[in-house]
Amino acid sequence: MHGFANPKRFLALAAWLTPLLLVSGIILSAGALVWGFTQVPPDRLMGETVRILFIHVPTAWLGMGGWTAIAISSLVFLVWRHPLAALAARGAAVPGLVFTLICLATGSVWGRPTWGAWWVWDGRLTSMLVLAFLYVAYIALAKAAEREGVSARIPAIFGLLGAINIPIINRSVVWWNSLHQPPSITLGNSSIDGIFLAPLLVAVVGFSLIFGGVVLARMRALLADIQAEARLRRRAMEMD
Amino acid sequence: MREALDQWTFVYLAYAIGVGGTLAMIAWSWIAMKRAEARRAKVRSSSKADR
Repeated sequence: MHGFANPKRFLALAAWLTPLLLVSGIILSAGALVWGFTQVPPDRLMGETVRILFIHVPTAWLGMGGWTAIAISSLVFLVWRHPLAALAARGAAVPGLVFTLICLATGSVWGRPTWGAWWVWDGRLTSMLVLAFLYVAYIALAKAAEREGVSARIPAIFGLLGAINIPIINRSVVWWNSLHQPPSITLGNSSIDGIFLAPLLVAVVGFSLIFGGVVLARMRALLADIQAEARLRRRAMEMD
Repeated sequence: MREALDQWTFVYLAYAIGVGGTLAMIAWSWIAMKRAEARRAKVRSSSKADR
């Protein structure tokens, strides 16, 4: 693991892994969505709107997964000082935010025909909205820390503290009364019929690959910016 | 009186949000990466030319 903390080795790996993850992710996700759109029958209770499942659930998981990645990378950065761990945390922030926003928007669209409301202030929806605000705050904090030359430890500590919200989101439908359904898929168990579960799992894998590809692309961009800035600064000092 | 909702409208809308948002994020991240790497290459080559 420490070997990949070397930026040169990371760039050599990311050069071929980034397009591979993105292309395979797009193909798998597109296949799963077409499958869910055309081959899956309407649900007995939810009717045709059950098809929203194939976008809503993967983006919800990846919204939470994105912050879990930020927390783990922040911990690695704080404990072992991996030079790339802080970049990995920052790289996961934007895709995590985008998937959280897609989850909130598609959930709202799903809520209107099933609950009769675009939005309700219950535990699951509110904690997911808090996650979106945490992402915005983390992105702003990391940018400000970079601009002001402040230690990357501050956003890393924020990334760790924000992880408190993840179990709250996960358990919200168990702890509080909610219009949102309880967990349908738990470790090793699923109450979803196989006809819906198969395309859902393919969509989860596809969107996860996209997530990984976007994280690598954003890490490469951040690393290139840092290296260019460092070289420009060195040149300016040499000229002085 | 019950409101009649066309369920497909909501399915189309959710798919448009999901697919559109994901593709926009991929394109934005890819372009940002290519721009940053091109800038780094330009700075490197101009540094070498100065020497």
